[in-house]
Amino acid sequence: MKLIKAIVRPNKVDDVRDALGRVSLPGMTVTEVRGHGKQKGHTAIYRGKEYDVSLLPKMQIEVVVPDNLVDDAVAAIITAARTGEIGDGRVFVIPVEQSYRIRTGERSEV
Amino acid sequence: MKPAAGLALLCVVLAVGAVQAQPPAAAPAPAAAMQTDLAKLDQRVTAAQSSADNAWMLVSAALVLMMTGPGLALFYGGLVRQKNTLAIMMQSFSLMAIITVLWAVVGYSLCFSEGTAIIGGFGHALLRGVGVDPNADYSATIPQLTFMVYQLMFAIITPALITGATAERMRFSGTVVFMVLWSLFVYAPLAHMVWGKGGLLNATLGGRFPTLDFAGGTVVHITSGVSALVCALYLGKRTGYPKEPMPPHSLVLSFIGACLLWVGWFGFNAGSALASNGLAASAFVATHFAAATATIGWLAAEWMTRGRPSALGAISGAVAGLVAITPASGFVAPIPAMIIGLAAGIGCFVMVTIAKSRFGYDDALDAFGVHGAGGTIGALLTGVFATQKVNPMFHDPQGRPLPVGLIDGNASQIGNQLIGIAMAWAFALVGSIVLLKITDLVVGVRASEEQESEGLDLTEHGEEAYNLEM
Repeated sequence: MKLIKAIVRPNKVDDVRDALGRVSLPGMTVTEVRGHGKQKGHTAIYRGKEYDVSLLPKMQIEVVVPDNLVDDAVAAIITAARTGEIGDGRVFVIPVEQSYRIRTGERSEV
Repeated sequence: MKPAAGLALLCVVLAVGAVQAQPPAAAPAPAAAMQTDLAKLDQRVTAAQSSADNAWMLVSAALVLMMTGPGLALFYGGLVRQKNTLAIMMQSFSLMAIITVLWAVVGYSLCFSEGTAIIGGFGHALLRGVGVDPNADYSATIPQLTFMVYQLMFAIITPALITGATAERMRFSGTVVFMVLWSLFVYAPLAHMVWGKGGLLNATLGGRFPTLDFAGGTVVHITSGVSALVCALYLGKRTGYPKEPMPPHSLVLSFIGACLLWVGWFGFNAGSALASNGLAASAFVATHFAAATATIGWLAAEWMTRGRPSALGAISGAVAGLVAITPASGFVAPIPAMIIGLAAGIGCFVMVTIAKSRFGYDDALDAFGVHGAGGTIGALLTGVFATQKVNPMFHDPQGRPLPVGLIDGNASQIGNQLIGIAMAWAFALVGSIVLLKITDLVVGVRASEEQESEGLDLTEHGEEAYNLEM
């Protein structure tokens, strides 16, 4: 069981959701985040005063997947979120020890 | 002269019409009866003119109030950081209440009752003698109540403009005390000198140095703009300025505010004709055209030097043009108005983007860069482009119109404009320094560093502008 954490362009969230749905992963959590990697942000000018907007808005998608689906899920995310330009984002895969369902209290696989 | 002549002509036409409308069999009216009829008609015509003028002036008064709230409050509110939104809006709104009370007690009297050449007296204190009868010195066709409340709206917005320079770091108590003192000791003398009967700079009612200021280039914009600079210097920079980014939190609010200002300015300038007449139409047109070219001027300068035309640039340019055309609006033709607007759009752009960073003062929302600079450009160019074709305000003893501005051949008007500008600068500079010092001693002016970092909304007012989290 792994947690896949993908940081993607805000306008790519729907594409990623559709792509994950196609590899039969229905659940996901989405958070608005800000950050930068190689993409250094851009400059905003208000009445001649320049501001570096270095932290750009991104969306963070979290999805927990069984080990056998990790590769498919990562591939689906990368294909859906890619534009080829700097700033497309990152995907991290993190091991998950346990998972529980709050409604029933039972321990679950994914 | 002109309205009276027109009135007489109208009476004659109406009277002839009335006579012709009588059945042919009737005997011609005796002369005495005709006289009574004419007098009645005269009364009715006067009443009709008064109704029209009063309607326009009441609407204008409301339009000018709309410039402060919501116009200026939204314009400034959007330009500050989120944590100071309510604080700056509260400053504008509370002035709507405080200056109103002050106006009733002594403000109106100090501006418009007869006194010295510098300041009015107490003749109209507590609005004594201000009723439905017109004050013929200022506006013969509208109730003095209308004139009084219209002028009040100017007295409200002028100090509110200063809050653009003190934004995000001046305490509410300090703002209130300073603005009350400022209204009495800076605004009232200037308004009296320029617009009051017997004022030193009055152009038509016995001033020594007739300064042309149709709607408040000196009285409103230079005084507030220059005082804004003094305030910015006295208060010092906002904590973190200029290293920390302080971008406007919502240009959408500022955009709405600027549009309301543009519309409200028709009341401000065209209303300053104090009648619903041709001069009001002329001022309306000049106002609109200047705003248009100033928008284009600022945008073009920005596009050429910074690579992009911005929304904030467009609305800032419009306001700069409206400021600059204010003193000129009742004296200039549409094309010169466009020149004035263009000059202000480019001039204020330079002031705000280049001069400010070079001198390093923190005029947070550019009250000086727009109102001080735009007001000065406008007041000066009024002396250049004012013409008797638009407003034949100077007459020789025989009643023939005399040249008004430089383009009419009256070069000396430039000198008078400079005197008016200098007086406004001097009063604003000296008055603001003294009054800030007094305010600082009494209640304090500068918010603490903790207040600044937490935001004035929470620390001064105990509330936040946006509670968007669910």
